[in-house]
Parts: sequence; structure tokens; C-alpha cells
Amino acid sequence: MRFRSKIVDVSCLNHFTRVINTISKLTKTCTLRLTVNNLYFILTDKVANGGVSMWCELSQGNFFDEYQMEGVCMEQNEIFLELIPENLSRALKTAQNAKSVKVKLTNKHCPCLTVALELPSLSSSSRIVTHDIPVSVIPRRLWNDFKEPSVPEFDVSIYLPALKTMKSVVERMKNLSNYIVIEANRNGEINLKIETDLVSVSTHFKDLGNPPWVSDDASQNSTQEIDNMAEARIDIRKLLQFLAGQQVNPTKAICNIVHKRMVHFILLHEDVSLQYFIPALA
Amino acid sequence: MPFLTQPEVDDEQYVLTCSLDNARNLSNILKAIHFKDHASCFATNNGLKVTVENAKCLQANAFIQAGIFQEFNIREESVVFRINLTVLLDCLTIFGASAGPGTPTALKMCYQGYGHPLVLFLEEGGVVTVCKIHTQEPEETLDFDFCSTNVLNKIILQSEGLREAFAELDMTSDFLQIIMSPDKPYFRLSTFGNAGSAHLDYPKDSDLIEAFHCTQTQTNRYKISLLKPSTKALALSCKVSIRTDNRGFLSLQYMIRNEDGQICFVEYYCCPDEEVSEADV
Repeated sequence: MRFRSKIVDVSCLNHFTRVINTISKLTKTCTLRLTVNNLYFILTDKVANGGVSMWCELSQGNFFDEYQMEGVCMEQNEIFLELIPENLSRALKTAQNAKSVKVKLTNKHCPCLTVALELPSLSSSSRIVTHDIPVSVIPRRLWNDFKEPSVPEFDVSIYLPALKTMKSVVERMKNLSNYIVIEANRNGEINLKIETDLVSVSTHFKDLGNPPWVSDDASQNSTQEIDNMAEARIDIRKLLQFLAGQQVNPTKAICNIVHKRMVHFILLHEDVSLQYFIPALA
Repeated sequence: MPFLTQPEVDDEQYVLTCSLDNARNLSNILKAIHFKDHASCFATNNGLKVTVENAKCLQANAFIQAGIFQEFNIREESVVFRINLTVLLDCLTIFGASAGPGTPTALKMCYQGYGHPLVLFLEEGGVVTVCKIHTQEPEETLDFDFCSTNVLNKIILQSEGLREAFAELDMTSDFLQIIMSPDKPYFRLSTFGNAGSAHLDYPKDSDLIEAFHCTQTQTNRYKISLLKPSTKALALSCKVSIRTDNRGFLSLQYMIRNEDGQICFVEYYCCPDEEVSEADV
């Protein structure tokens, strides 16, 4: 099992840092899956984290100047590691003006992801800062737990409004309530609602547009159906964590709602895709 | 005119309707008196007065005159209700509290009368938020009976002159002692804390002092914990008028200029701390 990689380009490095920062805001621990072409950051839905799950996919060619990996065996040429993304985010904090960043899998006292930063200095020799981030290698028999989640059979798929506005609204609502109802229809409308003993607040977004998924029944919708709202009541902290944590400045942000079951968010930024699933509460 | 598309808005049924092009003109001034969760609201033809009290010793009033609102309609002589100010402020700033470069948040506020919620319609960039905040039984507010004819000493000064002093108040001191006098030291703020006492004197002819009308030397002590909330108003204000009456009651009036250049007032009344003389012990 071998893995070594190198980032030289500054914009790639910044972009990679933002992705890692986003992930570290969303989860304490996650699984890093390395394949020949891609890196995946995965959080599977465990009851302990409120049933939230995440799937973030990066294409290695868009970030790394060098990327070599050798999996467990030829047939299963992959590596699965468990790590604390916060550690990686902290290691990259000092990397903003690095000349190069090397990330490799090492075995020091324990398996580590070693991040070596080459920092510029006034003298001819550059300074090297090395971070060893402990990881645990996930054995092959558990790999099945980390399958890509399928896009759920949603009732409504809709583009999200400006995330900044949405974040601000959800932030205030969080001060007032623990739960939020998010509802949307196929006519480009999203409503965010809270209701408590003291106050009820509802925010209405319109003209958002619905993504053109290739769906068999989409064409047969009557006009009445497009106004039908699909809704889910979710933990408002989970939603805010997602809105406040994201730093990828997505070019597209999509929300899929499975009526009373779950909300599924997709953020797309060029080659990065981040999916986030929040289960509905009863 | 997004509000007009809301079918719920039917002005006929409301005893109070008012609207603002910039909701921050209301939220900023309410923040200046936000030191307790609950506030009493009084509306008359003149405008809106919001009152917050603490420990029967401190009262803060914010006045938003009818003229500040783009529309202000009241169908009764006066309208009174009590409301959770923390909730109201969260609702008013739902699209963000800071002054962003974008369009301001427009506000329409309606009240149907006793037993009904206060309804807010907020709109920014085509996004509409509707808030219904439950109102509560109005409570009697304190009457400080602070009458201008009983005022002995009055100083008007530019707020910047007081801001630094208040920001650095020695919070280990229980009291702020204020001396106002026609003679030296004219105007002195003192604290008596763990690390010693501090005195701050303002000369009578200081540039910061705009008016100085002191008729009698007065030394009064006020609880710092009570006065501390007034720094919120001080931070927003451009001028402050400090007055004391014959009973030693303190009135602090803050003149606040909003984002549209209009003037609003916030007023704090505070009881003096009773002198415990040797004879009483």
C-alpha cells in the first residue's frame, strides 16, 4: 500500500485547502478513500451523528501535480483511511505561501498521513515543515460500508437561493427554534419555516428554478402538481453547520427533498462535488 | 411592491400599521435598549415608544417618531402591548444585521389589537419573510416622575467624550459616582474598585461640552451594573444630555442619527443608590 502526492500550484493548493476546511466544519471524523483518479471524503450515516451523511468527491488530476497510489492489491486498487479532517485543515493552514505541499502515507509509530510543506526562506535552503496526522487504515472487509449513496427518489429538486442569504436567515431562526421545516415545489419556490410558542417565522424564496433531471414522470406533471410542496422537518443546527461551513463557493447548489424523509444537498464547484444528507425528524 | 402581493395584508383589520424602507432604522435603535428579553411598546399618533426596565431602578425608552416611518397609521388613540424584544430583534435582522452594500430590508409591521400577534413582513431582494410574534399582557411601567422643572444640573456633551470613559469603567467598582457642580470640579466621574479609585474630570470649557447648566453641587452614586447597558446607546449616539433632578435621579438622553440621517432619541432613567448614613446602621 503506497500513496504519495504533491501540490505545487498555488490556486490548486488554495482550492484544496478550502475543500478540507469545509469538510472539517461538517464532521469531526471522516473516511478518506483514495483511488487512482479520485479522492473521496465520506461520512456515513450513523445514529451518533444524527443520521447526517456526506460524500465529497475530488478529481486528483485537478489538484495534484504528482499523484501515485498503489492499493491493497491489483483487483482492489484503493486505500481507505479514517482521519480527523480538522488535523489536515490545521496542517494546511501554514501552507498558504508554501512552494510545494507533499502528502504521503507513512508508517511512523502508527499509520500517518504526512504533510510536508516547503516554505520559502531568505536563504537558499528552504524550510520544511512536516505534520504527521495519525490515520487508521480501514480493512477491506469494511469497505462496503462506504459505498456512494444513491441520489434518493426525491419529490422535488430545486436550486438553492444565494447561500449567504439563506445562511443569515437560518442563523436567526436557529436563535428561535431547534427545528426548521424546509419545503419546496417544482415551481422554483422554497420556504423555510419555524414555529414556537413565541413566534412563527416563514421565509419565502421564489424564481429559483428546478434542475432538469432526466426523470420519467417529470414530463407528465400537471400544473397543479408543480405547486405541491414537499417538506421535511430537520435539525436546524445540522442545516446551519452545512451553510456556515461550506467554503467552496459553489457554482451550482441543489436541494432535493424526499417528502418527510430527508433533505439532500449537492454543491458543485467545477470538479468538486459535495453531497450532504440530513434526515427528516418525525 | 412585493407586500401588495401578500393576501394577508389587509390594512383595515389592523389597529396599527407602519412601514420602513430600511428595517435597520428600527432594529439599531432597539438594540440600544436591549438588555432584557421583554419590552413594552406604546404607539400613539406621535410614533412608537419601546420601554425596557430592570430591577425597578432603571428604565430605558426608545422613541421612533412617526416621521421616521414611511407609513404610520394608528386607528386608536393609543396601542399598548408587551413583546419579547430578543425575538423581535432576531426577526428584524433575519436577512443579516450588518449594513451590507446591497438593498436594505423593507419592513411592514402590523398589529390587530389585544390578543393578536405582531406581524412583520420583511423583504430583501425579492425574498419575503413573514414573522408572527406573540404579544403579551402589557405591564405597568415605572413612572420616574422626572420633571424638567426639578432638574438641577444638565450637561450636554458629544458622545465621543463619554464613550471612552464608559468603555473603560472599572467594573469591579459597585458604583459610578457623578459629581456635577457649578464650581470645580464641574463634572467628575469616579469609580472605586479593587485596584483603587479612578476620577475623570471634564473641564467646563472643554470642546466636547456643548452646554453646561449646573446650579447646585450634587454628588450621586449609581450602580454600575445598572448603567452598563446604556453603553449600547452611547455607542450609537452622537450627543448625550446628562441631567439630574433634586432627588438625584439621573436621566441620560442619547441623540442617535440613523442611516438616513434622521434623529431619534433613547433615554435612560436611573435611581441613585441610597446613601446609607452612619445613623441608619
